[in-house]
Amino acid sequence: MHPQSDPAPTESNALSLDGALQLLEQSGHPLPDLATTHKALWLQAVIDGLCELSSRDPLTGLPNRRHFELTLASEVDRVARAGEPALVLMIDIDHFKKVNDAHGHPAGDVVLKAVAQVLQECIRPMDTVARFGGEEFSMILPNCAPSFAQAVAERIRIRVQSMTIAIAPGSDVRATVSIGGAFAPQWVRSSPLLWVERADQQLYRAKQQGRNRACLEQPAVSLVSPEEKGLLFGTSQFSDFA
Amino acid sequence: MNGKILAVTSGKGGVGKTFVAANLAAALAARGENVLVLDADLGLANLDVVLNLHPKITLHDVFTEKATLEQAILPAPGGFSVLLAGSGLVEYSRLTPQVREQLVDIIEKVRPRFDRILLDTGAGISDVVLHAVSLADDVLVIVTPEPTSMTDAYATIKVLAMLQGRRHIRLVVNQVSSPGEGRTIRNQLQLVVDRFVRPQLMSQGVTEALTLELLGEIAIDVAVREAVQKRKLLLVNMPGCPAAVAVSAIATKMTG
Repeated sequence: MHPQSDPAPTESNALSLDGALQLLEQSGHPLPDLATTHKALWLQAVIDGLCELSSRDPLTGLPNRRHFELTLASEVDRVARAGEPALVLMIDIDHFKKVNDAHGHPAGDVVLKAVAQVLQECIRPMDTVARFGGEEFSMILPNCAPSFAQAVAERIRIRVQSMTIAIAPGSDVRATVSIGGAFAPQWVRSSPLLWVERADQQLYRAKQQGRNRACLEQPAVSLVSPEEKGLLFGTSQFSDFA
Repeated sequence: MNGKILAVTSGKGGVGKTFVAANLAAALAARGENVLVLDADLGLANLDVVLNLHPKITLHDVFTEKATLEQAILPAPGGFSVLLAGSGLVEYSRLTPQVREQLVDIIEKVRPRFDRILLDTGAGISDVVLHAVSLADDVLVIVTPEPTSMTDAYATIKVLAMLQGRRHIRLVVNQVSSPGEGRTIRNQLQLVVDRFVRPQLMSQGVTEALTLELLGEIAIDVAVREAVQKRKLLLVNMPGCPAAVAVSAIATKMTG
């Protein structure tokens, strides 16, 4: 309103933090006591809290798509430099709409949370599982040997299948997932978009083949991957989601 | 005498594979070599069309023992010999163990009688093509600057390296529109091979690099279309045109 009388913007009491503090409080994010903490440190805690919030899916508590894409981009870098095999899995709950239609959206939410929970239990600390959107989850598994990939994906599929989900007292449902997976080409910079697309194609194949199954891209020698074409024609080398 | 066998293949059809094979045979013959072109494109052969030959006896007759091999080896206009499959041998487009053995048998028999045998293979990476290529000492991949041709040539190179252990593959870039384009395409293919195929070979314990050797480039030349339409060899019809000179240079490089 009166810019000439405003204090310097670095003074924290001059900032409008009500909205931010409300968000953090609602999500149960603890902040240090303003009375006993240096203002700059307190402000840093607020910013950290907001960053954390912006990278999580509120329903399941998993990293959200934004976080997934950031992690995927750095994994693309790592694979290109280190040449380690890395796997991306796209995981989609089968017939999720039927749960919503038959039992209502709160039941659907319970199923999403339960699947998210079990997916989180399936991974190593270095892996990332995220809610990609809707009933689709995505996983990044760095340094995953191709010979283990099918077993890893199968283990996830079976864990989900064998879990009973209580959507209401005395009312249990079961869920299955279809999984599609693809490796990043080692030593070569893929793009996050191409990598996810290839895993998505395998997910589509798993759905086509009757769902509740895991399909992984086979490194068929006679096929030319989008990454190889990109290098051959000097295009799309660094194209990303953006 | 034990002839060197060169498989001429391409990945994609319509890039001038048969054209190169036939004219290269004529150029090699002009350098004193005793050359046979074997139509290994069993089932969809068109070497006879390119050379305007109407053979009464083909490989099919040899396979079915209706004729001897000697009867099926025919003289071609460019001073070399041909062994034609004959169109319509659709039954050979699938590689049965019988076809496999027959082809091996034929090649064994003709090998001592020629300095060089060119196998004009079919397009694509079918099992018939891969089998024919596997019988050759060297492979020549024909590629054009067209993206689909480059992609298919790359796929062929990759398969030959991975499945047949090829470490040296020769290239002829056909239909270039400017001098040096062949070198650029060869370099680009080599780059992708180094980045994608090499690591896969290394993970299989293969340390030897896969090298692509550019034998030459052939410029787009109206004389080629004219010769094809007349169903004559370019080296016979118009030996002085740029494309014919380029083919002759390739033959020189091969014999030198």
